[in-house]
Amino acid sequence: MTENEGKVKLLGCWASPFSRRVEMALKLKGIPYEYLEEALPNKSPLLLELNPIHKKVPVLVHNDKILPESHLILEYIDQTWSNNPILPQDPYEKSMARFWAKFIDEQILTVGFRSLVKAEKGREVAIEEAREKFAFLEKEVTGKDFFGGKTIGFVDMVAGSIIPFCLARLWEGMRIDVIPEDEFPELNRWIKTLKDIESVRECIPHREKQIEHMMKVSERYKLA
Amino acid sequence: MNQEEQVQVLGLWGSPFSKRVEMVLKLKGIPYEYIEEDVYVQKSPMLLKLNPIHKKVPVLVHQGKSIAESLVIVEYIEDTWKTSYPLLPHDPYERSMARFWAKYVDDKVMLTLWKACWGPESEREKMVEEAYDGLKYLEEELGDKQFFGGETIGFVDIAADFIAYWFGIAQEASGVMIMTAERFPKLQRWSQNFVRNNIIKEVLPPKEKLMALFKAQFGNNASNEA
Repeated sequence: MTENEGKVKLLGCWASPFSRRVEMALKLKGIPYEYLEEALPNKSPLLLELNPIHKKVPVLVHNDKILPESHLILEYIDQTWSNNPILPQDPYEKSMARFWAKFIDEQILTVGFRSLVKAEKGREVAIEEAREKFAFLEKEVTGKDFFGGKTIGFVDMVAGSIIPFCLARLWEGMRIDVIPEDEFPELNRWIKTLKDIESVRECIPHREKQIEHMMKVSERYKLA
Repeated sequence: MNQEEQVQVLGLWGSPFSKRVEMVLKLKGIPYEYIEEDVYVQKSPMLLKLNPIHKKVPVLVHQGKSIAESLVIVEYIEDTWKTSYPLLPHDPYERSMARFWAKYVDDKVMLTLWKACWGPESEREKMVEEAYDGLKYLEEELGDKQFFGGETIGFVDIAADFIAYWFGIAQEASGVMIMTAERFPKLQRWSQNFVRNNIIKEVLPPKEKLMALFKAQFGNNASNEA
């Protein structure tokens, strides 16, 4: 048995984009894994044991090594299983991938979810501010099949798990269109192309269930 | 790739984020040109061009390309100049754990420490509690090692530079004592080892200047309550 083999377990949640993106990477690389569903918001004793600091999914367990945080897990998977690489080799390209992944999980998540739900200055303003951030992504994916270039990569998995199948479901529930096709043709094209990729398609949560889930999450967030 | 080509750093004299980049360049013996950006007064056209998304320092420029976000820059430097003074372990899991702790410092600990000193009064008690919790995990992680990186300064030590130096000064300026030697003896010992390192101490901003900056920008808690 080589180092790379051995049990891989993933503690995740069907509705979590952070969890789904790890599954995309595992599927892309053909890595068999045991999936354990966490019935959030209740946190199981296993979750609290594996990730006592953050108490969040996803958590990867590989050969008894425990790793939380989706970006870290994706990089670990890429370094441990070298087939179908998801990060570029070139240091600059790699740093840009990390930069965009951070931008998406911080800025895009803020404007695509938090600011939109709280809408302190009104919904129209929130949508405009969101579009300003999405414009950066539109530019970044222009002229490329994927953020990763010709094949899907780290940024596609980060953006792909969160934008079309999580944030967009919230927007559907709120009956708004944050990234309309006429203003964001490249992003919309990228979304359509993503859905054709098997390892992505298998990780798309059920649409209606996700809309319902995102509406519940947004209600909780508004009251928080 | 000619790695001898000029490296430029756009930075801010007092910023722990900016200093992370300088510390790493100096540890690895990489010469660079430093350009001071007084971001509070005016953001230069150069900064706005090199980092249009965040408009923040630090920014690294190398071979005509610019990179923003301090820890992303540090990883770039590590990937490009692999052999001199490696900051990250070789093993993928150990590497991931180093990144985990660096992220923990960056995302969770730094903000709670800052808010514990200068946050709104109503949140102060909660922030102090969170600061204690955050530091407690770091104290455990450090253990009896000289540095988070082991015997030499590594990625996590660099990420935690604020804790080693700036925070002590912030505590003095605000009058809020959180990271005491009694509560966190290991972190205290580590801070001293870190700031005494010959290379690190060349890079750190002068204490008096920082103290004056903190007091001026944020006032003193006692006077705020008056």
